[in-house]
Amino acid sequence: MTGDLVLRIVAKLLMPFMLLFALYVQFHGDYGPGGGFQAGVIAATAIVFYAITFGLAAAQRMVPERLVERLLAVGVLLYAGVGFAGLALGGNYLDYFVLDPDSVHGQHRGIFWVEAGVGITVAAVMLKLFYMFAGRGRDAGDA
Amino acid sequence: MAAVVVALALQRNLFGAVVLFGIYSFLMATVLVALDAVDVAMTEAAVGAGVSTVLLLGALYLVGGMETKPLVRPLAPLALSLAVGAVLAYGMQGLPEFSDPQAPIHVHVAPRYLNQGPKETGVPNVVTAVLASYRGFDTLGETVVVFTAGAGVIALLRRRQKRK
Repeated sequence: MTGDLVLRIVAKLLMPFMLLFALYVQFHGDYGPGGGFQAGVIAATAIVFYAITFGLAAAQRMVPERLVERLLAVGVLLYAGVGFAGLALGGNYLDYFVLDPDSVHGQHRGIFWVEAGVGITVAAVMLKLFYMFAGRGRDAGDA
Repeated sequence: MAAVVVALALQRNLFGAVVLFGIYSFLMATVLVALDAVDVAMTEAAVGAGVSTVLLLGALYLVGGMETKPLVRPLAPLALSLAVGAVLAYGMQGLPEFSDPQAPIHVHVAPRYLNQGPKETGVPNVVTAVLASYRGFDTLGETVVVFTAGAGVIALLRRRQKRK
């Protein structure tokens, strides 16, 4: 499959748009449909598409497995950190009203970071799952 | 959609089953769009039709493409699923009519979310407001669940790799 010229060029053309769409879904989730979960899956799908077209090694050069494993935890910690930020600023856990003097603005800020945390974790988990399965297939083939 | 489900149940070739599963997810996404649940439809299309199809194909590559013939006729499981289906259908009689505005779910906290949500959070998409703000704890739990699932897969699959 990696030798298919049309597929490779189309994949290269589509990649930026897929990643851009993921970012759009992530950060426009306040106003339109979408949010961290959907954006994370779309971003992971883009990388998976790249991996299918150009081979697993190329994708892992672009997004190393170590980075993915770190991001797995970073997303959850970011989410939990927003909660602790609320505590530190004198509110309840996950209380966004205290994140900014203007409470509505504080809500916006809280939701933004929380969604970012969800997006990072979901994208990392999906990608890690794919790496795991694809990597095993290669090992089984070698053995 | 019903046709796809029947074909899925009869399919012995696992590759065909995976493809049919993707088609089913995509049809489900269109149903959800028709029900005005765009956020859920997006998730269904991306996860159900996209990522899980790829993951299932990856698993298929490892285990081979044909389902083995069942050793015994699966009559007991068939009876059990028919019984559960009958119980569920019986239970559905007690549910309020579809899109009944007086249904309990619509008179408890939903009006407050819908009326006060945009004002309190400044977020026009009520789904996001409920998900990330009113139900922030739930979503934190869900994120931890996703994280745990990922960590579990890493723990399971990596050990095998080291043994080789």
